[in-house]
Amino acid sequence: MFGFLARRILYMIPTLFLVSIVTFAIIQLPPGDYLDTLAADMGEAGSDNNAAIEALRLQYGLGEPMYVQYGKWMSGILLHGNFGLSFEKNRPVTDLIWDRLGWTFLISLLTLAFIWLTALPIGIYSAVKKYSAGDYIATFFGFIGLAIPNFLLALVMMYVAFRYFGQSVGGLVSPQYLDAPWTWAKFGNLLEHIWMPIFVIGTSGAAALIRIMRANLLDELYRPYVVTARAKGMSEFQLLLRYPVRVALNPFISTIGWILPTLVSGEIIVSVVMNLPTTGPMLLRALLVQDMYLAGSLILIVSVLTVVGTLISDLLLAWIDPRIRYQ
Amino acid sequence: MMPLTPMHTDSPEPLLRIRGLKTHFFTADGVVKAVDGVDLDVQQSRTTCILGESGCGKSIMARSILRIVDAPGRIVDGSIIYRAADGRTVDLAAMSPTSKAIREIRGSDISMIFQEPMSSLGPIQKIGKQISETILLHRKMSKAEAKEAAIEMLDRVGIPNPAKRYESYPFELSGGMRQRAMIAMALSCQPRMLIADEPTTALDVTTQAQILDLIADLKEEFDMSVMLITHDLGVVAEVAEDVAVMYMGKVVERGDVYSVFENPKHPYTQALLESVPRIGGVRKARLPAIKGMVPHPLARPSGCSFRTRCERYMPGICDKTEPVLTQEGSSEVACFLYSSELANVR
Amino acid sequence: MTQSSTIPLAEDLAEHSPVVLGPWSLVWRKFLRHRLAVISGVIIILIYLIAAFAEFVAPIDIGKTSVRHTFAPPQMIHLFAPGDDGSTVFLPHVKGLKTTIDTEARRRSFEVDESKIIPLGFFVHGFEYKLFGIIESDVHLFGPKNPRDPFYLFGADRLGRDILSRIIVGTRISMSIGLVGVAMSLVIGVLLGGISGYFGGWTDSLIQRFIEFIRSVPTIPLWMGLAAAIPLDWPPLRTYFVVTLIVSMIGWTSLAREVRGKFLSLRNEDFIVAARLDGLSHGEVILKHMVPSFSSHIIASLTLAVPLMILAETSLSFLGIGLQPPIVSWGTLLKEAQNIRSIAQAPWLLIAPGTVIVIAVLTFNFLGDGLRDAADPNAH
Ligand SMILES: Nc1ncnc2c1ncn2[C@@H]1O[C@H](COP(=O)(O)OP(=O)(O)OP(=O)(O)O)[C@@H](O)[C@H]1O
Ligand code: SF4
Ligand SMILES: [Mg+2]
Repeated sequence: MFGFLARRILYMIPTLFLVSIVTFAIIQLPPGDYLDTLAADMGEAGSDNNAAIEALRLQYGLGEPMYVQYGKWMSGILLHGNFGLSFEKNRPVTDLIWDRLGWTFLISLLTLAFIWLTALPIGIYSAVKKYSAGDYIATFFGFIGLAIPNFLLALVMMYVAFRYFGQSVGGLVSPQYLDAPWTWAKFGNLLEHIWMPIFVIGTSGAAALIRIMRANLLDELYRPYVVTARAKGMSEFQLLLRYPVRVALNPFISTIGWILPTLVSGEIIVSVVMNLPTTGPMLLRALLVQDMYLAGSLILIVSVLTVVGTLISDLLLAWIDPRIRYQ
Repeated sequence: MMPLTPMHTDSPEPLLRIRGLKTHFFTADGVVKAVDGVDLDVQQSRTTCILGESGCGKSIMARSILRIVDAPGRIVDGSIIYRAADGRTVDLAAMSPTSKAIREIRGSDISMIFQEPMSSLGPIQKIGKQISETILLHRKMSKAEAKEAAIEMLDRVGIPNPAKRYESYPFELSGGMRQRAMIAMALSCQPRMLIADEPTTALDVTTQAQILDLIADLKEEFDMSVMLITHDLGVVAEVAEDVAVMYMGKVVERGDVYSVFENPKHPYTQALLESVPRIGGVRKARLPAIKGMVPHPLARPSGCSFRTRCERYMPGICDKTEPVLTQEGSSEVACFLYSSELANVR
Repeated sequence: MTQSSTIPLAEDLAEHSPVVLGPWSLVWRKFLRHRLAVISGVIIILIYLIAAFAEFVAPIDIGKTSVRHTFAPPQMIHLFAPGDDGSTVFLPHVKGLKTTIDTEARRRSFEVDESKIIPLGFFVHGFEYKLFGIIESDVHLFGPKNPRDPFYLFGADRLGRDILSRIIVGTRISMSIGLVGVAMSLVIGVLLGGISGYFGGWTDSLIQRFIEFIRSVPTIPLWMGLAAAIPLDWPPLRTYFVVTLIVSMIGWTSLAREVRGKFLSLRNEDFIVAARLDGLSHGEVILKHMVPSFSSHIIASLTLAVPLMILAETSLSFLGIGLQPPIVSWGTLLKEAQNIRSIAQAPWLLIAPGTVIVIAVLTFNFLGDGLRDAADPNAH
């Protein structure tokens, strides 16, 4: 188990390295940089801040070769935890992002929980009662869930909530709680709001997982070991949970590997639509105005955390399935 | 409550009496009559071998006994009378396949082991757990006692270092060891009958011999009946006491091993045995190829189902009605060669 | 099954056995049993026909704005109208719209003008267009008989443009992005997956690591970054291709994995070994023997990848970092419905394109599912 852990962590290093390079390359893609925009603005405004701009240019090595810029950025992050400056906000990136990242991952994890809690029982039911009315209903909603893009579902739900329930839409809390300190009332208000993004982000994942669980379980239900368990005299329910479901659970758990990235992706889009205080709107804005260190840091941290989450799911899988540990 | 019939008076009452058993599969393409009227007795403390070509319904017949035939398969007719230790009899065929009554018989009174030791054990559960779980299902024991009993059983089937193996996963064992573990699991509750469906087909020759010897030993030790399904005529000659030959879902000949092997009566049995000159002959004699093809399961011939391949086919008789099992000397056979007057009457 | 008194031999009985079919006709037969998949296939063909003949199908010029019809609501089609002599005659029509301007709220509100009848017809003359850039015409599949009459079946947008026509024209971009994207991911996926599975060893490890990498990072932020890097002043065609390329990045990894799995299991099959021994080159073996043996699977996977790409395009364009107006796609149409205020004022901005997207994605999923079932020899 320890060797497995060490190997997996070792594997992660090149992945993380690649993530950082790709991120950096992406934020470097647009021609020009924010300082050009800034200089143009200032020039128009008639102020003379060329010295300040030059200082920034020097600090981040802007205008220097790519690898120098990359080196400066990465060493700042690794050595000082300094992700650079948000040019637009004129504040260090670290001041801006952690709150938002926290919400992004909280919502993603809650969504993961929501997906599993719905997909697991429904998937098992669908497989065991193959071609029953319930199976057809689950399949139908599964297909619908897969077919509606997240942002569209978000818009529809917001419209329905606004139109028919008169609910304030968007955000995680009602406006009057925005700057209020945390109280039970605010927490309750949060719960009233947060289910909607969770539901919206989770629907397509749940739909996909129901189908995966159903297919996995159908693959296992007719295996010889199930017959063996039956021939031992176990009851159907007992043997179902103890044998085929246990085995079918493995590919199911390994879906965390890709579901976490898609949840984070979905969360980013949905929060733009629903105006949630998470990474999404900030990233979009940063990308649009070429606030490169802010955008880059967000992409980088979200990716790294996702990779770590995937690692955790791998370890979980190895813990559940002995065959993986021993490979 | 399970249906009980009063105890029979005649003494050599079989442990299991199968009459007119029909198990059919209702598929989209039609009804596959996998088992179509099997008559068979399994005697107390004897080894009965079931012989027959691939697809003749041996496994489905065996599974029907424990009521573990998968959908779309279903017992449509017949009875499977099992005589319990206290002498009471129950009809397994009349039970619901999910009832508590049949579950109490499975694994406790009648156990089964399968052809594929690789896939017949739960892949991600410890072997020991799977055995003690069986014990806990049927015996009132603490977990620790069940574990002890399981380790003892592992030891008994010749698995070295059983306490350590208790903690092993199936993928850590060789095929032979897994089959031993399967046997340990099947026998963990001292059943009165063991059904072994081609238990050695997937193993290499030396291991095959060891497993068969083990089954034979344990049969003596536990005083069990054994139903052994096999393709291997050598095995039959060696371990069988009774033999039943199946063709297309029916038993076409049965009797004790000497009668059947010395004096096969059904043309099918004769064809099967042609390559084995005498009892105790070549060990590795697989079933010889018989001319012609087994008819498609959805296209059964009328009358005697063997007539399309039979060298002694009698037009006008064999295609009219089905021959039934009748006593002929020391064995029973279903063929008009021996009861053609029965056919002429019609 | 009972035969006549003639002697039935094994050969006669063999006639009762099912006929042996080739692999493709087997797949086809199994596919036809999935009624939902077949219906979906027909709908998809229809959608692509609409995309191909969009200018002919669209009743109104998509660029035609009308200040008087800002946010005009959808009109109902009526089949019968009162004739001159008071009887009822068959005359498909929509009713005219009466506008009142609410000066306080500074918005227009519309009322149905029962007295004005706008007759509709098939093959009417409307705006002029060039089909495929060559065939000049002004005939349209359907529309108002008088091209100057207002005709908004699905309502109008903020500039008074016809949503229905815009959806029809947007079909071309949105549906073709799915196809082109899938073609691109097919090339990448089959190439990398094939190499990975065919050669094995360290090539395999390297490619697998790479795929794992792509799958382990959240794609949307990355694609967002890439898409945001597209300069706004690029010509539409170039933007289109870059967006398609970005979108195609989504599908190829799973395809590559699938291909690799198949290759690994096929590699040691007798007929492949035999082909190698016959002296065929790697490329020949892959293309002539391995790809055909699982192309039905690939087709199924591709079909399932198309909706992913359609969704990706709509999402990116909706965020404003994919395709940009004046390109008309379902995504850019939905951009109009970005905030709750405009949705509340004109729900059709959301409902009409949204429904179309869902239908397209749904039918592709049904079709792909049916194909996959049909291609899988051991499907339950
Ligand atoms: N699930 C099923 N659906 C339809 N037909 C089935 C099914 N399972 C078994 N059969 C049919 O039942 C018949 C008997 O199968 P069975 O497994 O009992 O044969 P067998 O004698 O055990 O053969 P083998 O020696 O190969 O194990 C076969 O002809 C098969 O076609
Ligand atoms: S009944 Fe007729 S066909 Fe059947 S085995 Fe006997 S002789 Fe042959
Ligand atoms: Mg069998």
